[in-house]
Amino acid sequence: MGSIPMSDPLLKLSGLDAHYGDFQALFGLDMEIATGEVIAIIGANGAGKTTLMRSISGLLSNEATQVTFKGQTIGALRADQVAYAGIALVPEGRQLFPSLSVEENLRLGSTVGRTGPWSLDTVYDLFPILKERRNQPSTSLSGGQQQMVAIGRALMSNPELILFDEISLGLAPVTIKSIYDALPNIISGGMTALIVEQDITKALAVSSRVYCLQEGRVSLTGRVEDITRDQITAAYFGVDA
Amino acid sequence: MIEWINAVVQGILLGGLYALFAAGLSLIFGVMRLVNIAHGDLIILAAYLGLSTTMLLGVHPFVALLIVMPAMAGIGYILQRGLLNKTLGSDILPPLLVTFGLSVIVQNALLEGYTADPQKLNAGAIETASIAVGGLSLGVLPLLTFGMAIVVIAGLQWIFYSTALGRGFRAVSDNQDIAQLMGLNKAHIYGLAMALALAVTAIAGILLGVRTSFDPAIGGGRLIFGFEAVIIGGLGNIWGTLAGGVILGVAQTIGAKIDPGWQVLAGHIAFLVVLAVRPNGLFPRVEH
Repeated sequence: MGSIPMSDPLLKLSGLDAHYGDFQALFGLDMEIATGEVIAIIGANGAGKTTLMRSISGLLSNEATQVTFKGQTIGALRADQVAYAGIALVPEGRQLFPSLSVEENLRLGSTVGRTGPWSLDTVYDLFPILKERRNQPSTSLSGGQQQMVAIGRALMSNPELILFDEISLGLAPVTIKSIYDALPNIISGGMTALIVEQDITKALAVSSRVYCLQEGRVSLTGRVEDITRDQITAAYFGVDA
Repeated sequence: MIEWINAVVQGILLGGLYALFAAGLSLIFGVMRLVNIAHGDLIILAAYLGLSTTMLLGVHPFVALLIVMPAMAGIGYILQRGLLNKTLGSDILPPLLVTFGLSVIVQNALLEGYTADPQKLNAGAIETASIAVGGLSLGVLPLLTFGMAIVVIAGLQWIFYSTALGRGFRAVSDNQDIAQLMGLNKAHIYGLAMALALAVTAIAGILLGVRTSFDPAIGGGRLIFGFEAVIIGGLGNIWGTLAGGVILGVAQTIGAKIDPGWQVLAGHIAFLVVLAVRPNGLFPRVEH
């Protein structure tokens, strides 16, 4: 347990607080993530996982110095500026644009104009079904296919850090499996990823390190192989193991 | 009989002008759910800018569009980013109040700058030129106006559904937060939408000024016609706006044919009938 010292983290959170009006959702969160790492963020409902995603992606504004990305303080930037900096979010509940076709949703992801391995062609290679459905309204797809669009849309910006928020939520187990089977192909390109999940087993299977949140604070962190189920249970539910 | 056919045809052509009044309103509402009460006064502002341009440079009103369109677009962008963006939120009241205030300000500024005297843009021989089609005499200017309405609406349709900018408009309209995540700055996108809307307003204002005389007080009436065209056509449907304008125009000319005093009333009645029968308009936006 304890934080692992890092000389030059890609993403660094220092004492991150987040508020919704008078309600404080995150309390002084510290986190360091190195380039190429895959990190699982676990925790019960209301632990602050989605708030954390919103803070990193800029949907929620913070003190500038509370979020550092590639040495730049980005805590106070707007979401579009954070996107240009190289962070993409696959939001909880897919949240595709209903007025846009599948391909338009994907193209919108490349708005920031960052170059890299991901393009319409490589996304279609990863999820061939989307190529067949390219001209359909995005909301006519099944939940799993919509999730593929949401992931593809995020990849189209060629991010250096990609955030996955509850990508298995509301999907059939077979669909979840196929999405998670595709993850190594995405991450193997050296992309850094933060995976928020309630399905702990799924999240830990693809991650090297884990942070467990409880009521807006980090209750447990460490390498996946060093952590026991009992420790997770304690950190997750807040009971003494 | 031919007189009635004539009334209908003139009404259709008049509908083109109403569609131009309505197109900007429809676009703004579609992208950012903003009801712009000052829209009519901005049309009149464009007509006055056209007047100043023709007088200062001695150019034809249609040539003046080359200056008035970018000027109105610039005004739109600054207005949106400097003022209207701050009014947008979950509450629909602030934009209504602020644009109402803006309407008063524009009217009074025009009154101060140009007096209350009616003005007109002089387009020369084209104003009275007409062509004979099967016993009907069609004015060149109304034909041009209608053609312009079709070009403008086809252009807006193309921008909305075939360009990256249009994709941005639709995305921001669908979901502001997620659009922002995609790198779209909604403040800028809204600014561009208002710029585009007021560029269309410039065309509407110049064509209005060539067709009839105008003074600073008539903006409110143009706003009503624009609103009625949008509602009749169905919110969020750009081609529906043209249909709405045509229905309003035809109702007005037929009303005027029955009794010259009924022109405006007949238009309002047609609007109320559509509202009663099809509250969402005749061609509401098709959900994809």
